[in-house]
Amino acid sequence: MTCEELLLALNEVIDDQSALAIYHDFADHLVGCNPCQLVVDNIRKTIHLYKAGEPYPMPAGFQERFKDALRAKWKAKFPHAMT
Amino acid sequence: MLRRAQTGDYAAFEELVSRMQQRVYGVAYRILGQSHDAEDVVQQTFLSLIEHIDSFRGESAVATWVLRIATNFALKILRKKRGLPTVAMEENDESISTVPHPHYIAQWREAPESLVERAELRELLDQAISELDSKYRVVFVLRDIEGMSTEETASALGLSISNVKIRLLRARMQLRERLTRELGDAATQVIPDHSHEAL
Repeated sequence: MTCEELLLALNEVIDDQSALAIYHDFADHLVGCNPCQLVVDNIRKTIHLYKAGEPYPMPAGFQERFKDALRAKWKAKFPHAMT
Repeated sequence: MLRRAQTGDYAAFEELVSRMQQRVYGVAYRILGQSHDAEDVVQQTFLSLIEHIDSFRGESAVATWVLRIATNFALKILRKKRGLPTVAMEENDESISTVPHPHYIAQWREAPESLVERAELRELLDQAISELDSKYRVVFVLRDIEGMSTEETASALGLSISNVKIRLLRARMQLRERLTRELGDAATQVIPDHSHEAL
């Protein structure tokens, strides 16, 4: 397996563990290779941390300005729809 | 909900805004790194949505459509700040051979479930993602954080699927390296032998 093939297989396996069934060479390699197992594990944890993070709070002062701008735009688009 | 909004039902539109605004803000903040710019993206996105609400035909999920609009506004701001003339993501061919190989390989000291409770983690994650080149950062945000498919990400950014895959791999490898240097347990560090240079 070339470097390029290994890297591409890595990406696919990170996304879908079942891809190991397709990338036989990579799966065989992974079984006996602690560094590669760790790299896969590190990347999965990296993605997990980013996905699990708390949402960024929108600044409180922005909400009112934002809503006013939306209402004005909506009124222009649908002049008879708002009461 | 969008169908009702298309008929002029403002309450339905407000509900859509309420469901999506936080995601749009998060995507914009992660791409641009500034709350003021992220606010601009939120406002421009939903104003644009009103303007073009009739044009949504349902070929994609509403969320994908909204995030695509938001991403384009964010990229526009990014390029304007850099004095670049176009808004498209450059589609230069990315080569897998230039993807950085891992150097620092170790187990992490803690599980992600306990790490997320640490206040200082947000700062580390923000710093690490801000260090990515924007063309890699935006792919990581859409694909790994927002959960878009490779095809949706490629469509939103005007990139080929293979370019999305390589950019995503570069982002993942760079973030892994950065976070493992901070969160890894030095006692477990392994040095790959020559055959592992590929990974």
